[in-house]
Formats: sequence, structure tokens, C-alpha cells
Amino acid sequence: MTSTKKTGAQIIIQSLIDAGVEHIFGFPGGAVIPIYDVLYDAPLKHILTRHEQGAVHAADGYARATGRVGVCLATSGPGATNLVTGLSTAHMDSVPLVAITGQVPVAMIGNDSFQEADIYGITIPVTKYNYLVKHIEDLQRVIKEAFYIAQTGRPGPVLVDIPKDIQTAKVRPKKIGPVHLPGYLSLGKGHPKQIKAILQAIKNAHRPVIYAGGGIVTSGASEELRKFIQKTQIPVTTTLMGKGVYPENKPLALGMLGMHGTKYANYAIYESDLIIAMGVRFDDRVVGNLAQFAPMAKIIHMDIDPAEIGKRMAVDIPIVGDLKTILCLINQKIQIQVRKSWIKQVEKLKQENPLIFEETGSLKPQFIIKTLSEITKGEIIITTDVGQHQMWTALYYHTTEPRRFISSGGAGTMGYGFPAAIGATVGRPDMPVVAITGDGSFQMCIQELATARTYNLPVKIFILNNGYLGMVRQWQELFYDRRYSFTNLEFNPDFCKVAEGYEIPSIRVTEAKEVRDAIDKALNIDGPVLVDFYIDKEENVIPMIPPGGGQTGFIGEGETYA
Amino acid sequence: MRKIISILVRNHPGVLSHVAGLFTRRAYNIESIAAGETENPDVTRITITVSGDEVIFEQVTKQLRKLIDVIRVRDLKYAESITRELVLLTIYAGMEKRQEVIMIANAFGASVVDIAERTITLEFVGNQRKIDTILHALEAFKIKELARTGIVALPLESQIEQHETML
Ligand SMILES: Cc1ncc(C[n+]2csc(CCOP(=O)(O)OP(=O)(O)O)c2C)c(N)n1
Ligand SMILES: [Mg+2]
Repeated sequence: MTSTKKTGAQIIIQSLIDAGVEHIFGFPGGAVIPIYDVLYDAPLKHILTRHEQGAVHAADGYARATGRVGVCLATSGPGATNLVTGLSTAHMDSVPLVAITGQVPVAMIGNDSFQEADIYGITIPVTKYNYLVKHIEDLQRVIKEAFYIAQTGRPGPVLVDIPKDIQTAKVRPKKIGPVHLPGYLSLGKGHPKQIKAILQAIKNAHRPVIYAGGGIVTSGASEELRKFIQKTQIPVTTTLMGKGVYPENKPLALGMLGMHGTKYANYAIYESDLIIAMGVRFDDRVVGNLAQFAPMAKIIHMDIDPAEIGKRMAVDIPIVGDLKTILCLINQKIQIQVRKSWIKQVEKLKQENPLIFEETGSLKPQFIIKTLSEITKGEIIITTDVGQHQMWTALYYHTTEPRRFISSGGAGTMGYGFPAAIGATVGRPDMPVVAITGDGSFQMCIQELATARTYNLPVKIFILNNGYLGMVRQWQELFYDRRYSFTNLEFNPDFCKVAEGYEIPSIRVTEAKEVRDAIDKALNIDGPVLVDFYIDKEENVIPMIPPGGGQTGFIGEGETYA
Repeated sequence: MRKIISILVRNHPGVLSHVAGLFTRRAYNIESIAAGETENPDVTRITITVSGDEVIFEQVTKQLRKLIDVIRVRDLKYAESITRELVLLTIYAGMEKRQEVIMIANAFGASVVDIAERTITLEFVGNQRKIDTILHALEAFKIKELARTGIVALPLESQIEQHETML
């Protein structure tokens, strides 16, 4: 940088460019006009969403699809508070984001000034870290740190709140040194003693199962995992966040485990004598009943975050460090293994407990997802919203690569899927992107149709339209005596007409025989498309283990499995 | 069980919110919290007394270590550390009871810092046991106001073993 004075706003944008940012998702307002003024002719692509929630979810989808830091920008007060759900969503799923918010001028902070909100205080629990910049001299360092913190260690969202007078003040930019954060990132690389113990445990195991999660994706350890599986022949089940770390169409893949996991994944866990947990957190949607999880097994837990070790599950062999590094070390030492009888047993579990749905006359959501999976060979990017459609997609869409199944796992945020798909297409214009959404969820960020239209983003929106807040209705059916209290969306708009209003082509599908053509057509249209699938209204997500249940306690079956 | 955690943090305005926020968010109980600068003005020492079982305690220290502002977390075992708290105590004691209060205060090394017509204010410093003993000895008197600083603590260097929690 030259030594002439620059405004804070110029420094912000320059710092973003220096951090390698190419795209920003944002929405302007009074407290960020100076930043927008610089953006006007900056060499950065700004995507104007129609709501700040759309911006933050888009930045999140961008980050998950590309592995790079997603960036969003919002004004003070309501603009900033509209980011909160998105920050929490990213935080729960360890997604690297940098959110920049405008704030009222420093001297006005604390006076209940117009559009003032204590976004620093509000976002402490939903960010990895956050800043309120009170001195322009700090600005360069803070933004550099924000990017560093967001993407190192266990990633997460970082918010930088910048008062308007800091944006307009002038200072001579300095050369800033490397980030210095004493105490941060004293990370393990996998203790050699633990590596040894792991190798020994795997050698001794007869019925090992890998339980892999989002940590594998974040660490970029999918290749190492595949090598590990190739050598050890250990079957693998993944969490929602781990979908795609291993191709789900391979014989050793067991699909997802947990509440709505496949029966065979859960049974394999139950039968196992060694669980190798990688980048997971034994979430309550995966392990309903801790005592009944893999009762015969030793548990190995690998994670970058020491606080995850023993948080919910007591483990036998913990190892802390970057998963790629750990798996690399293990792969160097591990011997080729054959596990004929266990693999046979697992194959039998798969054959005897297949994923099934009734293929009657009405349009079944499972059929739609299965067809999509076949047509795309599991190779495109899928985002989902939250509800039944999310679980059907998790079960029936066979993801083959990491970063291609994008879903709000930890937070379960309705409204996430469509803007996340927008972010994913911006980040990966080379990849087809389909957003699988529900009639309920879609209406939570439906305004982003305008964004898709404006930038002609080729997002394919598939609505699994059941006229219900289906997942909640399912719980009411099963646990509340079918009292469908406020889950019937008695009125829904005609989504095709809505699309038409946004000048987006649409297709309505009401019968199974139309599905394949509709999907083909949608995938081949340039730009955004909406497909409204009228599915069976009261179809349930099966299998299901009720909350708090053990790994074999599927609904409708009693505890028959033993 | 009660434990003392001594943490060194980067000294800036938001740091207490981050630390206190962690305790709220994860539903850990803080019994006392005391913060002050160290020999290095950029570094603050926060001494926290928490209650809970061993599992919770381990989680607390791990989660604290994760905070970006936290430079160092130390589990201070009672037996291997020196702990002190300062107490200011105003009790109702008119003329007729003054002597008695002063006697008790002297016996326990508390000092009298103020005397008013109906009250006496005492100041005393000590570890938990000492403070509990004095408060117990003064139980007969009605308390007007009580202020405690919360525990501060440092490891006893003479007890070389400083149990750093691993990981
Ligand atoms: C923001 C938000 N509000 C409420 C919920 C609770 N919730 C979980 S699933 C669900 C129903 C979603 O309905 P829809 O999008 O139509 O999906 P379906 O289950 O019908 O496939 C609701 C209300 C949530 N997850 N997120
Ligand atoms: Mg629905």
C-alpha cells in the first residue's frame, strides 16, 4: 500500500482484497454507506440480496461449497440483527465466515442512537470471535485477524462491527505483520502415543465402524479417509455434515446414522466392537441414548477441538489434532486388512434392512430424490432446507464428494437452503446446484428469488410441497395423538405463479411419471428454475428412532432387534 | 465440588463479556469472579471459582482455553495455591456492643475501618477458611452490608508441582 492516507472504508475493502476475497453478499444501509461507496468501483463482486438473512446464508453456502471464507456485509441495528440466525447457523456447523456490520459513530454508542444495536454483545455466543473497532489504527489488524480466526483451527464465523466514523476517518495504512494471538491455536498434531493405541485397537477389532462427520470435510481429509478405508476395509457411516466424505454408492458406505439414519448404519454401530469417530460431536440427533450407543465397542474419537473430547461421550482413545494430519500418520503405518466375515455381516444388514417406501400411485418424495440421485450420479451440489425433505434427501441422495451436500445441521435453520444455494452457485459456477426445500422453509427466504433472477444464478429450486410443516406434523402424528396444531399450511401461494412474478421459469409436477422429465428439463435450463413437486401430504420420514432412544429402537418395530 | 481457575486474558473491553458469556451459554455456575491487571498491562488475570463435578470442570477449562482472548488457563488446586479474598463488613453494633466486636476483630486479625453511631465496619483478608471462621464468629451481630472481592489466587511456587491440566 502507498503511504497516502486512506479512509477506513478504503482500508476495509483493501483488507478484504488482501485476504483473497472475491465475492461479498450484502445489503446496504446508513451505517455502511462509506463502505458501499468504495465498493461501487472496487474489484470485488458484491451480490445484493433482498434480506440480510439471505446474505449471511449465501455467504455460508459459498463457504461450504468452496472451503473459502464467506463474507457478508450489513448495516447497523436491524441490518446487523438480521444476521444473527445466519451466524448461529454457521457457528453450529463450524463454517468460516466474516460478517462486517456498520455501527453508529463511536461517540454515539450507548445512547440508544438511531439504528444502534449492541451487535457485539448480541453475537458473542453465536460467533467464534467478534470485534468492535473503536480506533481506525486497529482496522487493518482486526480484519486480518478476523480472516485468520475464521478459517484456522475449528473454523467459525467472526463478526467485525465498525462504527461509521471509523469508516470515514483517515489514516496512513501500515504494513502489518503476521497475526499474533498468544494462546490461540496450540493445536495437537495427533499424539504419537495415541496413534499407536489407535493402530493397535484397529488391529484387534473384529467389527469396526467409522463414524465420520463434518470435521473430515473441514480438514480436507476425505482423500486420506478413502485411503484409510481402502486399506482397512472398515464400513463407514456419516453424519448429515459428513455426507460425501466417502462415496455413498460404494459397498462399504452405510449412509447416515442417527435418528433418521439408515437401519443398517445404526445396527452396525450397535454390533460394532470399535467405533472410530472422526470430526463428530456425538450430537443428540445422532446418539439419542448415550448408554445404548455401541454398547460393545471401544471408542476412538479424533477431533481438532479438545473440548469435543468427552463433552457428551466418554471415549477410550481420544486424539486431538487436524484430521488430515492424523489420518496421514495412520495411513503410513496401518497394514492392509481383510475383514471378510464382518463385511459379510454388514452386507447382510444392508440387504435385510433396506431403505423402503411404498410406491403407490401418489407422488412420493423419496422417489423424487432417488431419481435426482440417479440422474446426477450424486455429483452435483445439493443444498437443503430443514424438515422432512432434508431427511429424505439425506437418505436417498447418494453424495459422492465432500462439499456437495450443504445443509444446516446443528442449528436446523429453516430458510437456509435457498440462499445457501445462491452462495454455492456464486462460489462454484462450474457446478449445477439444486436447492431441495419445503413449502414451509422456502417461504422463510423466498424473497431471494429476486437475487437469483438479478444475477441469473442457475439455482434449481425443488420444492417438496406437502402443504405442511411436515416434520413437526410427523412428530405430532407420532407423539401428540395426531393433533396437528398449526402445522397445516392451509394457504400456500401458487409457487409457480410466484416464480412467474420473478420471471423465473417453473414446472409443476404432480405425478411420478413426470418426475424424470421435469428434473432433466430443470437441469438443462440456463439460469434459475423452480420445480413445485406436489408430494404425498402425510408421508413420514422412516426410519426413525424417537428422541432419546437407543440405536436400535426404531419406531413401529419395538425393540425387536437384538 | 468447588474449584479455582486462574486465567490470563488479553486486556480489552470485551473480554469479560466473552468469559462471562461462556459461563451463561454453557450453563456453568460461577461462585466468584475477580479480575485485575497483571504485571503486564496488556494482560488481565481473572480468577474464577466454579462449582460442579469433574466432567463439568474439565469442560469449563477446555471451553475457556478455546476463547480467543484467553492466553492461559490454570487449574489451581487448593493445596498448591495461595488464595485470598478481601471482605468489607458493616454490622449493627451500638456503644454497648462495640468492645465485643473489636475484641473478636482483634482475635482474628480483622481491622476496624469505620465506626458510626450504630454500626462498625470491619475489613479482613484471608483464605476461605479464615473468612468463614470470622463470619461465623460474628454471627450474633446483624449484618447491614457485606462486600466480598471474590477469590484471587496464585500457585504456591514452593510446591513445585503445578498441575497444568493436559490436552
Ligand atoms: C427457523 C425455524 N423455525 C422453526 C423450525 C422448526 N421446524 C423444523 S422442521 C419444520 C417444518 C418444515 O416445513 P417444510 O419446510 O415444509 O418441510 P417439510 O418438513 O414439510 O418437508 C419446522 C417448523 C426450524 N427448524 N427453523
Ligand atoms: Mg412442507
